[in-house]
Amino acid sequence: MSAVSKLGATRDPARVTRAAWLIGLGVILLVLPHLIYPVLALDILAWGLFAVAFDLLFGFSGLLSFGHAAFWGTSAYLTAFLLGHGQSVPVAIAGGTLGALALAVPVAFLSVRSSGIYFSMITLAFAQMVSFLALQWTDLTGGENGLQGFARPSLLGLDFSDAQVRYYVCLVLFTLGFGVAYRAVRSPFGQAQQAVRDSEQRAQSVGYNPARFKFTAFLLSAGLAGLAGAMYTFGHGVVSLEVVNWRTSGEVVMMTLLGGTTTLFGPVIGAGLVLLLRDVLTTANLPVGIVTGVVFVLVVLFFRRGVVGTLQHWLRRR
Amino acid sequence: MFNGLVNGAFYALLSLGLAVIFGMLRIVNFMHGALYMLGAFAAFALGQLLGLGFWPSLILAPLLVGLLGVVLERGLLSRLYGLEPSYNLLLTFGLTLLTQDLVKQVMLSRFAVSSAPYSPPEVLSGVVNLGFVVFPKYRLFVIALSLVVCLVTWFVIEKTRVGAIIRASTENPVVTRAFGINVSLWVTGVFAVGAALAGLAGVLAAPIYSVEPYMGAELIITTFAVVVIGGMGSILGSVVTGFAVGVLAAVGAAVYPPIANTLVFILMALVLLVRPSGLFGLPEGAR
Repeated sequence: MSAVSKLGATRDPARVTRAAWLIGLGVILLVLPHLIYPVLALDILAWGLFAVAFDLLFGFSGLLSFGHAAFWGTSAYLTAFLLGHGQSVPVAIAGGTLGALALAVPVAFLSVRSSGIYFSMITLAFAQMVSFLALQWTDLTGGENGLQGFARPSLLGLDFSDAQVRYYVCLVLFTLGFGVAYRAVRSPFGQAQQAVRDSEQRAQSVGYNPARFKFTAFLLSAGLAGLAGAMYTFGHGVVSLEVVNWRTSGEVVMMTLLGGTTTLFGPVIGAGLVLLLRDVLTTANLPVGIVTGVVFVLVVLFFRRGVVGTLQHWLRRR
Repeated sequence: MFNGLVNGAFYALLSLGLAVIFGMLRIVNFMHGALYMLGAFAAFALGQLLGLGFWPSLILAPLLVGLLGVVLERGLLSRLYGLEPSYNLLLTFGLTLLTQDLVKQVMLSRFAVSSAPYSPPEVLSGVVNLGFVVFPKYRLFVIALSLVVCLVTWFVIEKTRVGAIIRASTENPVVTRAFGINVSLWVTGVFAVGAALAGLAGVLAAPIYSVEPYMGAELIITTFAVVVIGGMGSILGSVVTGFAVGVLAAVGAAVYPPIANTLVFILMALVLLVRPSGLFGLPEGAR
């Protein structure tokens, strides 16, 4: 956990490593839709940003939200709703993201007053409220049937019926979102956020207001999760109740853990690994839930650093 | 209203187990819903494979689930003590995914069903006239039994020597160990009892809701909300809130049907606004 704060001491090598990670990730994401189905690649972008958003709260603030599907799902539905009502793609995506942000204000206000496991349960309960709402508010969400068949009007000569085009549009959005997260973590705000995570009392005694930092971090995280949810809708052209299910909240945790918390690159890689694994399992007709469950348990028990965390640890020790 | 009491009985039994495990061990057992489902499934499987009826299953299934609890606590959860409680939540979440799909596979391949009805015993079928309402005997039995179990558990933990040892073991393991008490044995025992309570709820639920791999999935979330409203770890709070939420949801549903499922979460938000530690909970610092 203290790995991040140590980076400051060895500034230059760390900067080189970070640049290497950035370039590596960038190259992979640029060629990704040519290696796998574009829609799967799109999924990786959307879930990857979702996981980064989750990690902003969990890894960097120490708050384990078990209800992040609420923001992802709200935005996914809103985006679909706006597209279905003749809005343009940018308006729909912005609308979805802002909707998630608006929802986050009361939820954050109520939940950041508690910490640890209490925080997890409260966020979970709020997400469940959203989930029941999505089930019952059929005019907006289509209930059990979900929403599909909404238009994605082309814009500036870009034909959004082509999955490759959609992928690269999402890559731009992803880069934007990832950039915000990256900046936030390295900014004074991000440093203070980590100080609050490591010791609330200490942070308070040097004049920070922990509650305010948690609140802001929550909003930032929810907003990015919203952007990711909008990307998901835009990419798939379908939204179902699954986007607000508690399992979705759990899955994003799993992706983040598998990739490595507090690494920012990790969640993206974790999302990629989980989605690729699931794709292989479904194609081979193997029980997805059983395998994902086992992976989840093994990661929590033996591999808490995650892929990127383990790599970094290993590189630093050499 | 009376059916609300039946739902409340299940909320109470489940949140009781959850509260015992959380209150004593600081483990947020996400698997509680899956253990409840396993209780129901065990009753069904015992009936199919060994021809056992309701009464033996009512004893055996919770024992089996309790035994599984021992394996879980010793084999997996004990490796995470000393880390943040979040990891317990995550581990049990993974186990839940695993268990649900495993049971689904077994039910499909071994019994060729995806959900199975389960009949209550002969003695408890039929209805009973209470004067003001005619009510199925079995449901009445569920309410009565869960009330008794809740009371006994509360009594044991709050008023007996056994309860004192358990509370001491969890509040100050080092000192308790110095008194010659095998703390880790007690911890395992508490987890097993909590698991068995979930299993018991499962067997009781089988004749009402039928046996299905995902029967615990939504229930666990409501149970979490109940535990938060009651005050996490408070035994009394869980039981009282469990029954109250069941009744309130039923009344709410009669007045305005769409609210039934959300009511508990609205209630939770309201309670947290006024009392962040829950109705019966101590403030976070005082624990």
